[in-house]
Amino acid sequence: MSFFLSLSQSIDALNERIGLAVSWALLAAVLICAGNALIRYSLNISSNAWLEIQWYLFGAIFLLASSYTLKRNEHVRIDVIVGRFSKRTQVWIDVAGFLLFLLPATVLILYFALPFAFESVRSQEMSSNAGGLIVWPAKVLIPVGFLLLTLQGLSELIKRIGFLKGVVDASAFEKQQVTPEEEIEAIAAANNLTAPALTTGMSNTAKEA
Amino acid sequence: MTEFLIANMAPVMFATLVIFLLSGFPVAFSLAANGLLFGLIGIEVGLLKPELLQALPNRLFGIMGNDTLLAIPFFTFMGLILERSGMAEDLLDTIGQLFGPLRGGIAYAVIFVGALLAATTGVVAASVISMGLISLPVMLRYGYDRKVAAGVIAASGTLAQIIPPSLVLIVMADQLGRSVGDMYQAAFLPGLALTVFYALYILAVTMLKPAALPALPPEARNLSEANGSSGLTSLAGLLAISVAAAWLFHTIYLSTQPQASGDSIGIYDGVIGVLVAYGTALANKKLKLGLLSKMTEKVVLVLVPPLALIFLVLGTIFVGIATPTEGGGMGALGAMILALTNRRLSMDLLKQAMNSTTRLSCFVMFILIGSSVFSLVFRGINGDLWVEHLLSSLPGGQAGFLIVVNLLFFGLAFFLDFFELAFILVPLVGPVADKMGIDLIWFGVLLSVNMQTSFMHPPFGFALFYLRSVAPKEVKTSDIYWGAVPFVGIQVVMVALIIAFPSMISVASKTDMKEQIELNIDMGGDAFTEMPNVDFPADGEAGVEVQPVLHAEPEKK
Repeated sequence: MSFFLSLSQSIDALNERIGLAVSWALLAAVLICAGNALIRYSLNISSNAWLEIQWYLFGAIFLLASSYTLKRNEHVRIDVIVGRFSKRTQVWIDVAGFLLFLLPATVLILYFALPFAFESVRSQEMSSNAGGLIVWPAKVLIPVGFLLLTLQGLSELIKRIGFLKGVVDASAFEKQQVTPEEEIEAIAAANNLTAPALTTGMSNTAKEA
Repeated sequence: MTEFLIANMAPVMFATLVIFLLSGFPVAFSLAANGLLFGLIGIEVGLLKPELLQALPNRLFGIMGNDTLLAIPFFTFMGLILERSGMAEDLLDTIGQLFGPLRGGIAYAVIFVGALLAATTGVVAASVISMGLISLPVMLRYGYDRKVAAGVIAASGTLAQIIPPSLVLIVMADQLGRSVGDMYQAAFLPGLALTVFYALYILAVTMLKPAALPALPPEARNLSEANGSSGLTSLAGLLAISVAAAWLFHTIYLSTQPQASGDSIGIYDGVIGVLVAYGTALANKKLKLGLLSKMTEKVVLVLVPPLALIFLVLGTIFVGIATPTEGGGMGALGAMILALTNRRLSMDLLKQAMNSTTRLSCFVMFILIGSSVFSLVFRGINGDLWVEHLLSSLPGGQAGFLIVVNLLFFGLAFFLDFFELAFILVPLVGPVADKMGIDLIWFGVLLSVNMQTSFMHPPFGFALFYLRSVAPKEVKTSDIYWGAVPFVGIQVVMVALIIAFPSMISVASKTDMKEQIELNIDMGGDAFTEMPNVDFPADGEAGVEVQPVLHAEPEKK
């Protein structure tokens, strides 16, 4: 088990690092988009390369950071029913979900995406738009993203089995999302306000948006 | 067994999907697993061609290249930066003082600022938190009814869902295959109408129960002049000057460019008026001219940043010089500049906003990926025909269809959030609506107004949840729930009004985007040129419907 747990930790660390790194692509995309728009109005010049790079960056963001989002357990769930079950039951359902839903799906998509990306690399595929970019880096993102997801799926599975065996704490895979309290504190601090004594009158099962 | 499965594949697949989703496993992967499972079964029993699943990577690539969806991270990022930029605080404080001495004044201020925040930040949670922190204590201190105070804050916060640039409308436009710009334009009027209805409700309460929403005493204002006057005459004067300037511009502009469209002139007029007011206020402040009262100066200075952002984002989209994606990019940049000038842009905030946006984009895009895997197979086994048959056999034709679909969305909104509804259900009902001759932009706005209630439904409503966390203990949870009820009622009335008077939503569809729906539900046409060896069966048989769409671009450029 300890081998698996350290494997899981390495996967987590890898995906966290990748997730944080690709966040910067967002800032780049914002600046490129705004810059491109302003230049287009003022000088009336633009190129497909600048348009294409924006969605390459966005593709990198959601494909490469999805494993990190999975690590933080932030992919949306419908927990109206299972939210009422005991923690252990929920973890059992999750184990089944990773084994039967996530891993088969990511492996199957990976299986189809590999030849798809390989073919593009082999033919050095170029964008069909005039002045566009080379296409294969964007296509390669698909198998890479699903490989990372598969790895993270394994890591999540290991952590949950570890929890069921009593060697891993639930905090290792529970949602690390900001709680309303933290968000209120942050907004209050940013606005120089004092947050009231926080109440917890309502259940935490409200859905996330 | 096999015959039964072949004959009833679509209902079985749909029922299995419901079970998969209710398992509580992340929606994105449950959807994908369901699609792939039935894809494999379909191939096994000979209902589908083995090539069908090989089309998946190309579909994913099509999702990546979707320019419209790029607006989602941009607007999210803009909202996250703005919610920490201090704009909400300035607005609520100043507008609250301006309206406060009216009966129910703070409630009007909350509605007005809620609409302004909706048109800029578009983040429900942030609006509710800011109003709960800033306006709720003021309302409680001066004896406002707790239910009304809580309800108006929750409802005004949810305006962010319907007033452009909301994410709901982007997703809706994408799923229905219409342009985001048209969807924004169509949603504008219902958004404003809701704002007015909320205000009318407050007016009604002040007439029926004056004690519930008392006026603030004049001492509550700290922006009054030294001699005690409120300084409103000066505000009225400046307003008159700005309107006159805008009118002057309007006349001159029309005489030089008689063919200009009404929308763009209105927006330019607004810009001129705001610029005049802002210039005067700024000059007054910097040069200490003393021409304007304190109140006027403050009101103008706090209103300009949100109005400038609204122009930068919505104005450019409506005038047609920017695509919604570009509008989002410029809005995000504008928000950063605003936060920078308010000295609120720290490295920490920037990183936090980038990180949250990244994670939100991931889960939204993966629900889309999951749902497109599902719909590839579901359409392959003719599930779309099954849904169409089911919905078009409802009694009452169009009206019956609309009522059933709206009841369905209203009911499901108690449990699901709008991303799930929009990605799973909208692609199923959209084509049926289209075949019945219902305009899809109109339909999208109708469903968006409907889904807005999901944020206010007791007990799970997201806005109520945040309000509960931020409200002081003296506001009971039952106050919040009961306070929301009249506003949910207003929402239902609004949905009914839209159905009864379809012309409320101006559908000025300049771009015919019929093909786009094929792009979303199938893949783009270029998929086929790249894979000539894949043999897709003809319509009606197993397989995907093939439309010769080469490049359907949703935006008018």
